[in-house]
Amino acid sequence: MGHGPAVKLGRDDAAAFKTKLGVKMFVVYTIVYFTFVIINATNPKAMETVVLGQTAAVIWGFGLIGLALVQAVIYNHFCTKAESEMNKGA
Amino acid sequence: MIYAQSPLAIGLFIAFVSFVLGLSFYLGRKKSTAASYYAAGGNVHWFTNGIAFAGDYLSAASFLGICGMIATAGYDGWMYSIGYLAGWVVALFLVAEPMKRLGKYTFTDALDSKFNSKPIQLTAAVSTLLVSVFYLIPQMVGAGVLVQPLLGLPHWVGVVIVGVVVTIIVATAGMASTTYVQFFKGALLLIMSTVVVVMVLFRGLSTTPVNNGVAYHDFKPLTATADLVISDPGYSVVAGLDSAFGKAGFVKLAKDNKETIWKFEKTDAGYNLEQTLYVTTKEDGTKLYNGAAKEAGEFFPVGHIKELRMNGKDVLTTGAVGPLAYLSAIKDSTIVLWGKKYVVNGHEKTEVFYQKPTPGTRVLRPGLKFKVDNATPLETFNFVSLMLALFCGTAALPHILIRYYTVPSQAAARKSTIVAIAAIGFFYVLTLFLGVGAMTTGVINLTDNNMSAPLLALSFGVVLFAVISSLAFATVLGTVSGLIVAASGAVAHDLMDNFLDIKMTEDGKVRAGKISAVVVGCIAIFLGIKFEGMNVSFLVGWAFAVAASANLPAILMLLFWSKTTAKGIAASITVGIVSSLGLILISPDMWAVYGLIPKDAPIHFNSPALISIPLSILTLVIVSLMTQNDINRGHAVEAA
Repeated sequence: MGHGPAVKLGRDDAAAFKTKLGVKMFVVYTIVYFTFVIINATNPKAMETVVLGQTAAVIWGFGLIGLALVQAVIYNHFCTKAESEMNKGA
Repeated sequence: MIYAQSPLAIGLFIAFVSFVLGLSFYLGRKKSTAASYYAAGGNVHWFTNGIAFAGDYLSAASFLGICGMIATAGYDGWMYSIGYLAGWVVALFLVAEPMKRLGKYTFTDALDSKFNSKPIQLTAAVSTLLVSVFYLIPQMVGAGVLVQPLLGLPHWVGVVIVGVVVTIIVATAGMASTTYVQFFKGALLLIMSTVVVVMVLFRGLSTTPVNNGVAYHDFKPLTATADLVISDPGYSVVAGLDSAFGKAGFVKLAKDNKETIWKFEKTDAGYNLEQTLYVTTKEDGTKLYNGAAKEAGEFFPVGHIKELRMNGKDVLTTGAVGPLAYLSAIKDSTIVLWGKKYVVNGHEKTEVFYQKPTPGTRVLRPGLKFKVDNATPLETFNFVSLMLALFCGTAALPHILIRYYTVPSQAAARKSTIVAIAAIGFFYVLTLFLGVGAMTTGVINLTDNNMSAPLLALSFGVVLFAVISSLAFATVLGTVSGLIVAASGAVAHDLMDNFLDIKMTEDGKVRAGKISAVVVGCIAIFLGIKFEGMNVSFLVGWAFAVAASANLPAILMLLFWSKTTAKGIAASITVGIVSSLGLILISPDMWAVYGLIPKDAPIHFNSPALISIPLSILTLVIVSLMTQNDINRGHAVEAA
C-alpha cells in the first residue's frame, strides 16, 4: 500500500487545538461571505450605496479579501504558539 | 486586425518556453523516484510552495477570464475573484494540515488513509481525473486564445504547443520541475500585473483614450427624420425600419461603399442613431467584421467613458490618480458597455454589438452578467449556487491538494497556504483595476473578451504586451503542468498501483506516471480545440462545481464525522460526480455548446452546486449510517 505521508512527520500534540481554532475561524468567514452573497442575491441595489467614497460592493469585496488575510495571520500566530508550547516534549 | 505580431513578442515567447524546458531538463537529469516525481521529495520550502500555489491557482481563468469578464460586465467578473479567494479560507482552516498528515502523493491517499478501500481508490481516482480534465479545458482554450495575437498562429496550434511543452515538463521531472515553473510564473505574474496597474493609475481616465499611440474611434452620432432621411446626406439606407434589422432596433446604412449598422432610438423629431460593430456570418461560413475581412482592420477595439466625473465635476481627463480615487471616478461617471443582439436575414446571421451607456455605480456592483435584479427564484438559486461552488471548490481541487505533499511538515503546509492567500488576494485586487482599465481604454475585442488584459498592456506599447502575453502563456503552462501531474498520479498511483495492485518497481511507477501524463496531455489537446471561444473563467466554474460536489463532502466528513465509512465516502463521491456532471450536461449553457437553443434545455440553471453538494453529503450520511458494522468490524480487527 502506498499510504502515509511522503515524509516522516513528528507527533503533533497541538493538532486538536488547531482543528478547533480552524473550525471557529472558518465559521466566522463563512457567515461574512454568505451574508455578502445573500445581500447581492436579494437586494443588489443596496450594493450601489456609497460608503467611504466607494460602492458598498467594492468595500465588501476588499473587506472579504482583507478579512481572509487577517484571519490567516491570526490563525497562524495561535497555531505556531500552540505548536511551540504543546510539542516541547514531542 | 486588433493586434499584429511583433518580433519582440515572438522572441520573448520562445525565450520563456526555452527557459522552462531547460529548467525541466536540468531538474529531471537525476534519477527519479516515485516520491520525487509525485511530491518533489516532500522538501520544498513553504514560501516557495506558497508562491507555487499562486502560480498553480492563478490560471488562464484568473488572468484572462476574470479580467475579460470585468472589462465587459463590471463587478460580476470580480465576484469570481472574491469567490475563488474565499475558497482558500476553507483550504487553510479545514483542509491544509489534515491533508498533509493523512496523504502521501495524491488526495485519494488521504481519503483512503483510514480504510484501505478499493471503492474509495477507484471513485476518488476517477473524480481526480474528471476534475483535472474539466479544469484543463479552459487552460487549453486560453492557450489557443493567446497564440493568435502573439504568434499569428491559429487556435489549435496554441493548444498543441501548450500540450506538447507541458507534457515534456511533466514527463521529465514531475512535481519538482512543475513546482519551480509555477514559482517563477507566479512571482512574475504578480510583479508584472502590479506594473500594469501602476501604469494604468498613472495614465488615469479619459473620455478620449489613446491605445498605443492610436486615437480612439470617433463614435459620431447621427439623426434621422421620421421617414429615415439621415442628417449626413452622404449616407444611404440599405436596410430600413421594415427589414430584419429594423425589427431588431437597427438600420443598415452605406457611405463611400462601406456598410455600417446603427442602433436607432425614437425621438419626437425622428430618430437618434448610434454606431454599432457587427460580425456577419455568410451562408458558406465566411465571417465579415464590420463588413470586411478580419485582416482589413475594420473591427476596431472598444471601451470608453461617456461622461467622466471627478470630485463632483465633469472633466475630460483625470491625470494620474490613486487606486481609490480611480474607482471613485468610475463610480461617478457613465461608462459605455456593449450589448449584443443576433439578426437573422435569410441565410445570413449578423451579431450586432451596440453601445449601452451605464452609470458607474451600476458597473461597480453585481447584476450586469448575473441576473440578480428582480430575479426569479431560479435565477437567485443559480447565482447562490455558483458562489457556493467557488467557495467550496478550491479546497477540493486535486492539483491544489497534491501541493500539500511537497512540503516537509504540517506547519509548512499551513504557512504555504497563508503565503498563497496573500499572493492570490493581492492579485485579485489587481484584477479589478486591470478589468476596469481595459473597460475604459478602448482595448476590448468584442468577439473575444479573454484577451482584455494583454490588450490593456498593448495600449502602453508592444514591449509590455509581449511580456504580459508571454507571461499569460506561462500561466497556462504552470497550471496545466500541475493538472497533468494530478491526473497522472490518479492513473498511475491510485488506479494502477493501489486499486489494481499492479506490482511495479520504483522505476516502473515513475514510468507509469510519465506515460499517463502523455495520454492526459493528448486528451487535453483534443478538448482544448473542441471548446474554442468559450469564456475561460466560466468554464472553470464548472470544474469547481464538480470538485466541490464530488470531493469536498468526502474530505470534510472524513475529518469531522467519526461515523464516516468507506462505503459512505465512495457513494458520496459517485453521487457528487454524477449529479454535478449530469446537471451541467443538461444545462442551458451546455445546450448552446451543442448548437441548440438554451431555453429549450431541460433545466434552467447553469450552476449545479446547490443541489449536488447537499445531495453528496446526504448520501454520505445515509450510506455511512447504514454501514456502521464496517467500522465496528474494523475496530474488532484492530483490537485482535
